[in-house]
Amino acid sequence: MRPFLALVARDLRLAARIGGSGVLGLVFFLMIVTLVPFALGPDLNLLARIGPAILWLAAVLSTLIGLDRLFQGDEEDGSLDLLRAAPAPLEVIVLAKVVAHWITTGLPLALAAPLFGLLVALTPQAMGAMVATLIVGTPALTFIGAIGAALTAALRRGGLILAILVLPLMIPTLIFGVSAANAAMGGTVPFATPFLILAAISLMTAVVGTVASAAALRWSE
Amino acid sequence: MGVRLEVKDLACRRSGRLIFSGLSFALTQGEALVVTGRNGAGKSTLLALLAGRLQPETGTVRAEGIGEATLAERLHWVGHRDALKSALTAEENLAFAQHLLGEPALGPRDALEAVGLAHAAPLPVAYLSAGQRRRVALARLLVARRPLWLLDEPTSALDKASQATLLRLMNEHLAGGGLLIAATHQALGIDGAREVRIERTPSPRERGEGWGEGEPQDGARSESPPHPVAPDGALDLSPRAGRGDGRA
Repeated sequence: MRPFLALVARDLRLAARIGGSGVLGLVFFLMIVTLVPFALGPDLNLLARIGPAILWLAAVLSTLIGLDRLFQGDEEDGSLDLLRAAPAPLEVIVLAKVVAHWITTGLPLALAAPLFGLLVALTPQAMGAMVATLIVGTPALTFIGAIGAALTAALRRGGLILAILVLPLMIPTLIFGVSAANAAMGGTVPFATPFLILAAISLMTAVVGTVASAAALRWSE
Repeated sequence: MGVRLEVKDLACRRSGRLIFSGLSFALTQGEALVVTGRNGAGKSTLLALLAGRLQPETGTVRAEGIGEATLAERLHWVGHRDALKSALTAEENLAFAQHLLGEPALGPRDALEAVGLAHAAPLPVAYLSAGQRRRVALARLLVARRPLWLLDEPTSALDKASQATLLRLMNEHLAGGGLLIAATHQALGIDGAREVRIERTPSPRERGEGWGEGEPQDGARSESPPHPVAPDGALDLSPRAGRGDGRA
């Protein structure tokens, strides 16, 4: 447990000191959400209807920012070798890195969603649903992304390959995230149904993503 | 409980190329092993194998007296890359290593003082010179207690005074019952250190035989410096002064 906490604390401190991907992801998120109304025109009803889909799409794309650096930084400066010497399985090390990454990238996205929801004319109720679905759903995005990050850790320009690898895997999360947010705005499906499936996806990817990333890091040499 | 490391008939292949083969040695507490060889002979590869980062092609690495832990969890590895985060201060880097590795020994400040860098504790590592970074990485050896030290070119970028400090730290570690394996080109000056020399196995293509499976290796290539070659040619384990009695 102590190696886990030590690593989370270090990564949070590094993120705070360098800034970097957390802030950048947030700005990217804002960019996409801002561009959509320009493309669609000022039809508020239309925007409000497709708002959750836009926000989710923006969230999926923003998680890709900085994901390529998840293991690359540690691989380059040799820290990964130090982490391997910790009295903990590599899975625990991966989990710590992903948790710290989510706190600095995924969580800010979820918390900023109501603010950006204003741009696509979301109702207060829909904003609440957006925050809830993003908080539950973004861990899945980060865990899936971690697999790609581990696979491309040793590649110099792995960012693009990473996106191609992981985006298809993020589709289920996107589907249930958007349908949960839409369900909260009314409709025949109760909110809990897609929301619980979204939570299940997050829990599953937490296991699969951690084990697969650790396996990819072991295999990389 | 004594820690004992036994390596038997180790061979390593990377990207299809046989790096070395037939490597055997044993090390018990208080003993040091110096790994020498030309550039690219596979010295760092051997350390990576011992650290569990690479898998051997054949052969075994056995460690006794470390209980349930894996060998990787009982060693320090100071490699070419210093594993320091530039944005963190020297002290923060060491404090992190201490929390991560467990079994705290010296505090981060004391460890920095031991390598003569007490004044650099509050500085981000990015501001330090190559030699200073090296010393911070070496200070990591002191913050957590681990029986086996793997040092890859430990003296690189170090000035004379720091080399003397390093020698003192290594001798203290050995006197305390530790094990030490160093890959180096320079004489480290450790009393009683044994030496193992890795000769790079020429690939079939280099020998002009075309590609094939690992043939019997004939050891040193013509231009390599003259030295005794073991019958299988892969290495030469020669005891140096003092304790080394070639028991490997």
